[in-house]
Amino acid sequence: MAKLIKDKAIIENSWTTLAADFEGELPAGSVIVPLTYWQNNREALVARGNVAVWLDSDQAPEELQGDLDSLVMIAINFPKFADGRGYSYARLLRERFHFKGELRAIGDVLQDQLFYMSRVGFNAFEVRADRSPEEALEGLNDFSDVYQAACDQPTPLFIRRAG
Amino acid sequence: MYKYDGYDKKIVLERVQQFRGQTQRYFDGKLAPEEFLPLRLQNGLYVQRHAPMLRVAIPYGMLSATQLRTLGDLARTYDKGYVHFTTRQNVQFNWPDLKVVPDMLEKLAEVEMHAIQTSGNCIRNTTTDQFAGVIADEVVDPRPYCEIIRQWSTFHPEFAYLPRKFKIAVNASPSTDRAAVQVHDIGLEMVRNENGELGYRVFVGGGLGRTPIVGEVIREFLPELDLLTYLEAIVRVYNRYGRRDNKYKARIKILVKALGIEAYREKVEQEWEHFKEGESKLTPEAIARVKSFFNDPAYDILENNPAEFVARQTEQKAFANWVLRNVNTHKKPGYAIVTLTLKKTGVAPGNVTEQQLDLIADLADRFSFGEVRIAHTQNVILADVKQSDLFDLWQIAKEAGFATPNLGMLTDIICCPGGDYCALANAKSIPIAEQIQRKFDDLDYLYDLGEIELNISGCMNACGHHHVGNIGILGVDKKGEEFYQVSLGGNSGKQAAIGKILGPSFAQDDMADVIEKIVHVFVENRTEEESFIDTYQRVGMTPFKERVYGKAH
Repeated sequence: MAKLIKDKAIIENSWTTLAADFEGELPAGSVIVPLTYWQNNREALVARGNVAVWLDSDQAPEELQGDLDSLVMIAINFPKFADGRGYSYARLLRERFHFKGELRAIGDVLQDQLFYMSRVGFNAFEVRADRSPEEALEGLNDFSDVYQAACDQPTPLFIRRAG
Repeated sequence: MYKYDGYDKKIVLERVQQFRGQTQRYFDGKLAPEEFLPLRLQNGLYVQRHAPMLRVAIPYGMLSATQLRTLGDLARTYDKGYVHFTTRQNVQFNWPDLKVVPDMLEKLAEVEMHAIQTSGNCIRNTTTDQFAGVIADEVVDPRPYCEIIRQWSTFHPEFAYLPRKFKIAVNASPSTDRAAVQVHDIGLEMVRNENGELGYRVFVGGGLGRTPIVGEVIREFLPELDLLTYLEAIVRVYNRYGRRDNKYKARIKILVKALGIEAYREKVEQEWEHFKEGESKLTPEAIARVKSFFNDPAYDILENNPAEFVARQTEQKAFANWVLRNVNTHKKPGYAIVTLTLKKTGVAPGNVTEQQLDLIADLADRFSFGEVRIAHTQNVILADVKQSDLFDLWQIAKEAGFATPNLGMLTDIICCPGGDYCALANAKSIPIAEQIQRKFDDLDYLYDLGEIELNISGCMNACGHHHVGNIGILGVDKKGEEFYQVSLGGNSGKQAAIGKILGPSFAQDDMADVIEKIVHVFVENRTEEESFIDTYQRVGMTPFKERVYGKAH
């Protein structure tokens, strides 16, 4: 089973991510379904349990606004690591919609983006399969302090300095 | 100027360590070239025509003598003995070895400098008026606000992978805009409202490059404390909705045009509403802390125009010319703002050798409280010189080649490195600048022509700001040959305008002659009080076109 980083530790990934065009019978176990599948099968999926949803980089987090209580996890896909929309989505889910469950980065997820991702609210990272999650974990410690407020640090440095 | 505290030091040093690790992983094959690319770009490192190029930030143009000497040391130790000042208050090393860049960054960090976000699709170095804080004609000193933006934008976790690069400029002079704010992604003009409260007029969606556009006002008055939250709202809307499918359509200006300014404004206001009163709203204390670094130096109480200074100008016309052209009025009596021009004919505009860097540092220490500024026009400013010192300073500067009295004149050319250095360029730009400078070598004639901004870019990325030059020159590639397109009527100031293309492009050797014809049309048509841009606006393109393309004049 593949590994992932969650809450700064390496754990086994027990979730299966289904492709964007997935149709038909769900596999057994915990599944991360694409947004459209979730929207088309919401009631059945809530009844089934062990279901999370993933957003692609062109799918707005507002789409899930009414579903947050039913979801233990939301994954956000980075089709390319240079596609930065997912950073805004994560922040909105945490700060505006107060999503408290697991927020997982999937797709082109690499060591050098983990620090920023963790700042905007991600707490789980499926590092790209050809890279070592153990090495990538170090990326979370690139900086020990920050200027701006974000999900990890609600008080900007200009306030903390004055305090 | 701003001094790092423990926080700033730590963050910049941790960046050096991070980049050292990234470089090592790249050499170990653990980081693919395409993965390393945006990381090194966000550290100002390009791979250029001959070697990597390292672009170092000069936040809002301020440099201390110590920093100048460090730049000189780096140029000596790691490069070919010179640096290049850019059109965005940055400095570039053109020949460093990739392996030594982490060492260079470490030495820069020791003198509170960095290369953070000087390239890449992120928020770049914030720029401002090179005369900030020393002119009477300003609403407030904009530099503390630039520093506040610098800190906010440095490693902003949400905005490190924007659709495209993002540039912010700040101007605080009500009469003049030396920072070209209307051709930036966000332009901030510091203003007071009818109640005398300080704030910003906010422009959005300006920019040069392939699709030059003058920015539009998104907010007439943004209160002082709302700066960062409003910026955050603008950039978030851009990050979410800006195009990512085509890099030529990815700048915010394209999104603003596509949505229309009203719709963009509405999205930003909706977004802002959620957090405008949140923790990121500035506080008077936070602003006061940063402002305390920009207090006036210990000026002497002096009279304007001391007798000897006046006498020297009468005795020596060359000195008087230099004072007339390259010295600006200071807010304090008896002081002056001196621009050292880096536009001597035969030297690439903006290029400075390591010896010259040391000399500028010495001049700064001796004459100007140990500080200089770099202008977007690629010149160096000594901002606080006593008028009684000007003659001594002039003699040294003249010897060093910094006193060409052509500031604002046709030969004070803004010019990118072009095809001699840059891998992106379609054509060389430096030889064109030199050709024009050689043609127009008569100072009296130049003074008679008055202010003409001539800007040259070697490709449509427009680093040489050709769109906003009164005369703009753009290098283009035609079947592998270098040609040059001329535009007229550009303006980077308060009446910002994008120049219009004159017509078909010209061969390299013809350029100085073409410029001469354009200048002749101006001279024949101008009224006594008109500058080039005024005449152009009155008579339009046609007479220029007829002269340049007409047969046998």
